[in-house]
Amino acid sequence: MTQSVASLTAAAVTAPVARSPGYWSNVLRRLRRDPLALTAGGVILALIIIAILAPWITPADPFQASMLKRLRPIGTEGYPLGADELGRDMLSRLMLGARLSLFMGIVPVIAAFVVGSAIGILAGYAGGWTSTLIMRVVDVFYAFPSVLLAIALSGTLGAGIFNAILSLTIVFVPQIVRVAESVTTQVRRSDYVDAARASGASPFTIVRAHVLSNVLGPIFVYSTSLISVSMILASGLSFLGLGVRPPEPEWGLMLNTLRTAIYTQPWVAALPGVMIFITSMSFNLLSDGLRSAMEVKE
Amino acid sequence: MLSYLIRRIAYALPIMVGVALLCFLLIHLAPGDPLVSILPPDASADLQRQLMQLYGFDRPLVEQFAGWLWRALHGDLGTSIATGRPVAAEVFKAVGNTLRLACLATLLGFIVGAFLGFVGGYYRNSVMDRVASFVSVIGVSVPHYWLGMVLVIIFSTQLMWLPPTGAGPGGSGEWTADWAHFRHMILPAVTMSVIPMGIIARTVRALVAETLSQEFVVGLRARGLTDLGVFLHVVKNCAPTALAVMGLQLGYLLGGSILIETVFSWPGTGFLLNAAIFQRDLPLLQGTILVLALFFVILNLAVDILQGLFDPRIERS
Amino acid sequence: MNAVIDAVRVTHEDVGGPAQPLLSVRGLIKHFPLKRDPLSRGRGGNAVRAVDGVDFDVKKGETLGVVGESGCGKSTTARLVMQLIKQDHGELVFDGMAVGSRALALREFRRQTQMVFQDSYSSLNPRMTIEDSVAFGPLVHGSAKRDAIAVARGLLGRVGLDAQRFAGRYPHELSGGQRQRVNIARALALHPRLVILDEAVSALDKSVEAQVLNLLLDLKDDFGLTYMFISHDLNVVRYISDRVMVMYLGEVVELGPVDQVFDAPRHPYTQALLRSMPSMEPGQRTESAPLSGDPPNPIDPPSGCRFHTRCALARAACAAEAPAMTQQDGHAVRCLIHQPDSGYAASGALT
Repeated sequence: MTQSVASLTAAAVTAPVARSPGYWSNVLRRLRRDPLALTAGGVILALIIIAILAPWITPADPFQASMLKRLRPIGTEGYPLGADELGRDMLSRLMLGARLSLFMGIVPVIAAFVVGSAIGILAGYAGGWTSTLIMRVVDVFYAFPSVLLAIALSGTLGAGIFNAILSLTIVFVPQIVRVAESVTTQVRRSDYVDAARASGASPFTIVRAHVLSNVLGPIFVYSTSLISVSMILASGLSFLGLGVRPPEPEWGLMLNTLRTAIYTQPWVAALPGVMIFITSMSFNLLSDGLRSAMEVKE
Repeated sequence: MLSYLIRRIAYALPIMVGVALLCFLLIHLAPGDPLVSILPPDASADLQRQLMQLYGFDRPLVEQFAGWLWRALHGDLGTSIATGRPVAAEVFKAVGNTLRLACLATLLGFIVGAFLGFVGGYYRNSVMDRVASFVSVIGVSVPHYWLGMVLVIIFSTQLMWLPPTGAGPGGSGEWTADWAHFRHMILPAVTMSVIPMGIIARTVRALVAETLSQEFVVGLRARGLTDLGVFLHVVKNCAPTALAVMGLQLGYLLGGSILIETVFSWPGTGFLLNAAIFQRDLPLLQGTILVLALFFVILNLAVDILQGLFDPRIERS
Repeated sequence: MNAVIDAVRVTHEDVGGPAQPLLSVRGLIKHFPLKRDPLSRGRGGNAVRAVDGVDFDVKKGETLGVVGESGCGKSTTARLVMQLIKQDHGELVFDGMAVGSRALALREFRRQTQMVFQDSYSSLNPRMTIEDSVAFGPLVHGSAKRDAIAVARGLLGRVGLDAQRFAGRYPHELSGGQRQRVNIARALALHPRLVILDEAVSALDKSVEAQVLNLLLDLKDDFGLTYMFISHDLNVVRYISDRVMVMYLGEVVELGPVDQVFDAPRHPYTQALLRSMPSMEPGQRTESAPLSGDPPNPIDPPSGCRFHTRCALARAACAAEAPAMTQQDGHAVRCLIHQPDSGYAASGALT
């Protein structure tokens, strides 16, 4: 066979073949025409850049306290967004706070995506007892409202960034496992997977070549919709004193420490929440836009 | 029908056991000695051992779990390490407060959300629809604890219309059905209603839009059904799912009320949880989480069963 | 083009010679258990008896047509032959070697037997270009990527799709007929000897169907293939098959050369099926429905001969005795009428 195929190889393979744009480039193209999603994406990008560059671009030192300048309103000389309860510049703290807030919002979702997809795809493809066992365990976790589970885990593990991220990851994994298992089961039943089995491929090859490309997309979109929830929960944990510890700036923690200031400087006290709100909303709009772009039936 | 009921309940039982197990294990995840909060730092080893025995922390885990579960089934959730009072009593009192708040919030969220979603789905892509969609996105994106703070700023501090904290005048924990007490519920309930409002609006909108686009609706119109008739028909189709979502949201609010209750110092289960965490009061923490989680499971079960009753598409035999 | 044909021509050894059937199926049984709900009233059976004792041979180089109503088990039989589902009982012998034995491992069997499915869209991975889909089989069995792609492009050309224009496309960019050609190319990529076509042309428009059928006939000659052609369309089966097998409720009821079965059907069910084909002749109007009643439940099939509840010629014996297959000049039928020592002749009427 090899010598007759060789005669084909030269001719057939080198001849140029028109390639159609792939699935994801189509999705991106559609996304680019969605102004709401683009705006949201722009906001997020700007926030990420600010977060990365924060240590170098803050106008003042975020940790520099001043007993004289406590709780100054927005627009004070030298404190464009006011000063917090220890006299630190709000603008600088908000910028630096973006780091931890974004980090604690995004990392749990990424971790849950990896772990949850692996478990869910395994359950979905293997079927049988493996699947039943995994899904029952997932059901038990699902029986807790997510906020409660996050707080229970965080509360018992103790405060701290790592514990908060771990708690949130554990909260999100069951949700992603469910989606992953459901999509994988659907794909597994399709005719092209049967055709692949009929070609004699091993389950591992089939998962790698056929299942993953069809399954990771929907799981990914679902995961992006979790980021806004994650951000709110992560900041919420810090708000309760369970996440980031002072003096690190983080939006939720700042809301906590500024709570008593709502009677004296309400607008300054509300600022960190505005940031959480804007970020969370942008992630939601982006995720919605992504879902619309992916749902178009070709 | 009966078999459906029995099957659903039988299915929920192992889940409840699993939930109890998870609650139990959670506490034992906690680093550090469970007794550290009540023991003076210079306690003798003898005293430590005695207290360990008293609380049963020295027995093997399986035994502890069995014992704990047995007692819980009899209504004994242990004694709070911090206050010395029985956990069950504290929890149930707090649950009452939280339930009141959560029910009001869910109702509010449902009414506003269903209205917005309905209008949005009925008049798709109109201005109303965009407004409705926008409001629902805000609903799910806003950090509700922050919203609570903002509402307190506006309505308590600036306008002085409503009280900022507490369940009743003078910070009392008791509740009676009068206007003075109701005033205290308004801000927290409105704050809490925002998330269910967003989710219900989104769900109802999708449902209404989908029902209207189905071909049988065109068929109904062709047979001369008036607009009112179509409207009622849509409502009938969407109601079961919408109500199911409302039930689930109630469950989430019950479990997730801690943040709002912290902002408003509302004496509910969330507040209790907060106290338990910071005082490392493990029996109280365990008991509260168990009760809340079980509530959630039972609520889900109730929603499932009701859906089964009302939605003819669900297989029942 | 001839280079392609030569390259992909059957290269597997013909082990048993022309007289040995390429595929022998004996006693194939597959029941699908129903979910047992302990609280619901038992309904007689507790499994769908999809395939209930099927025997047949597929001769080398022939096209065996398989016909029957929905639910008769033809698709399940196809999947059992492909070993996509495991049978409960029964054996498959391919060119004299038991499938799954040391002589013929499953993986090797899968090189030699391929299938084309009915739904052309769902049989192709929507995220893979069609050349990648076709090249997948050879890649799995160890070909180098360049070789696999070359084979894929060559085959695409052979089935009528210009490689330059089509190879880089995705399934949704093709029409139904084009997709089915891709599926055929994919089936041929592993140089199989037996190709099972499960309602492969049923979903296509008539004109496209004719083109694809003619393509299938050409390919069969060029590549020396053997076909098992499953369809509910009797005209198509007549056009393409050498022998035809009629199935009813999980059993084979008639099997014989296509002209004999179509012109002189022996089983009452086959007769009814053929009568139900609408004719273009104005003189041959159908006066009454040839088949009465709904096809009975494969969960709880009728006693005795499974067809007796709808058979115009049924007698009491038919409800009591299950007929066996009886052969006569290569034309087999499962009916008490044709079974010499059955109780049919002496039996009274069916009550």
